[in-house]
Amino acid sequence: MRRLCFYILLLIVSFYCLGPYLWQFITSLKPDAELSRLPPILPDNPTFDHYVSIFRAHPFFRIISNSLIVACSTTFISLVIGSLAAFALAKLDVRRKRLILVFVLSVSMFPAIATVSPLYIIIRALGLRDTVFALIITYTSFSLPLTIWILTSFFRSIPHEIYLASRVDGCTVFQSFYRIILPLSAPGIFATAILVFIFSWNEFLFALTFTSTVASRTIPVGIALFPGLHEVPWGDIAAASVVVTIPLILLAFAFQRRIVEGLTAGSIKG
Amino acid sequence: MTFVKGKSHIFFLAPAILIMAGVIIYPLLNVIWLSLHRRLLIFDISKYVGLDNFGFLLRDDRFWNAFYNTVYFTVISVSLELILGLSIATLLNRTFTGKGLMRSIILIPWAIPTVVSAKMWEWMYNSDFGILNYLLGVNINWLGSAFWAMNSAIFMEVWKTTPFVALLLMAGLQTIDGDLYKSARVDGASGWYIFRRITLPLLTPVILIVLIFRTLDAFRVFDAIYVLTGGGPANTTETLSIYAYKVLFQTLQFGYGSTISIAIFICVGIITIIYVRLLRRGME
Repeated sequence: MRRLCFYILLLIVSFYCLGPYLWQFITSLKPDAELSRLPPILPDNPTFDHYVSIFRAHPFFRIISNSLIVACSTTFISLVIGSLAAFALAKLDVRRKRLILVFVLSVSMFPAIATVSPLYIIIRALGLRDTVFALIITYTSFSLPLTIWILTSFFRSIPHEIYLASRVDGCTVFQSFYRIILPLSAPGIFATAILVFIFSWNEFLFALTFTSTVASRTIPVGIALFPGLHEVPWGDIAAASVVVTIPLILLAFAFQRRIVEGLTAGSIKG
Repeated sequence: MTFVKGKSHIFFLAPAILIMAGVIIYPLLNVIWLSLHRRLLIFDISKYVGLDNFGFLLRDDRFWNAFYNTVYFTVISVSLELILGLSIATLLNRTFTGKGLMRSIILIPWAIPTVVSAKMWEWMYNSDFGILNYLLGVNINWLGSAFWAMNSAIFMEVWKTTPFVALLLMAGLQTIDGDLYKSARVDGASGWYIFRRITLPLLTPVILIVLIFRTLDAFRVFDAIYVLTGGGPANTTETLSIYAYKVLFQTLQFGYGSTISIAIFICVGIITIIYVRLLRRGME
């Protein structure tokens, strides 16, 4: 009886989490005529028209590839730069270590809106408006605090003796970084990579401000500004939402353990 | 054995510090400079006006309206998230088959892009063909009425971020020693008593950390509401970030827009200081 109750509660929680997405999926399969009718909840004549339409009638392919380029580059660059910094903070003899960590943490608390106006002016002056490059560099710096914070906590969990032993064996500082410490913290690096990727895939404020055409427009902006002739194309929006969320859902199912590790390392252990 | 000290290590830190200084710190100082000017981007006008913008800010009703909206949104949504998140975390804090699956399901609202979630909810809130009105058997103009619009935005935010809260609290619950529960049970303590006297006090530091993250995020809210309602109807859902954004990029008043940005920055700073103080006291 208690068990049954427990599983019913689990079912409610799952429905709460999945319900809205499920409804978006159902909507994406409904032909336009059925969108303005309730009941029935399920489509009478399910169709893939909306999926065809977002790729045929809209430059959706371009938008997705922009997002992929931005998210992958950001993830790569922040991991390279961030892991170097985290290594120094975790294993090297750096002066004012605490001060640097507090600085990094406080940077992550800065409201993005407070930097968007000068950044816009700079980017316009440099002629980088409407390029993926503007987004990559901005995202990289905003994801660096998180990257450094999580990786420092992972690097610290590697016994210091291992680092010292590698130095005694003749590794330079840099060699012991990429030959010893990096491979040992692969799970942490992976967790960080997923978090940074999701952040860059989902970011909206800077993307909205710095992009103006499909040349650099990313998914969130593409969906927010979904063009409709007379009325809002709910079916197409639903199809687009389903498509762009699938990679994230796959990530959530495949790597839930890693993601939760990353999230908790980023907040609780610190 | 001599280790190279000091100097060479700076090369490890330099790239990160340089890029953060260039893209975050410099603009932040620049925004202070901008806030002292009347600057209209379209006409290339830029005039030093001292603290005029700040004086105007204090008398600006729309700013205070946005401030009040932001505080309301933050307080209500963060409290609801905490209550719901704590319930879910307590529910899942045991061993059962399918725990991994459950964790993945909980991650989904968190992983969905905010813009997508706003569009999803906008469609569910639709007053004519929305699933919510249909399922609840009511006819509410969720996003069109002054009372419901902000609360609708709060429901959406709570839906999206409760999982994050629940997951962090679960991690916190796992650090509590199981023996404590056992001995309390042996002593005949009730479930509620155990929760209040053992779980809650031991969980307080984690709760405070979760609250810092959530409060700051909620206070800076932009995409969720901007896409859901655009700040309407009649500015009833306009938060500080949305107001700042509109002044900056719709009316192109970079001077005054930067002033609002600074006001947000100051609020965020004050919130952080309060929480850090609480956390320090909690640790002692």
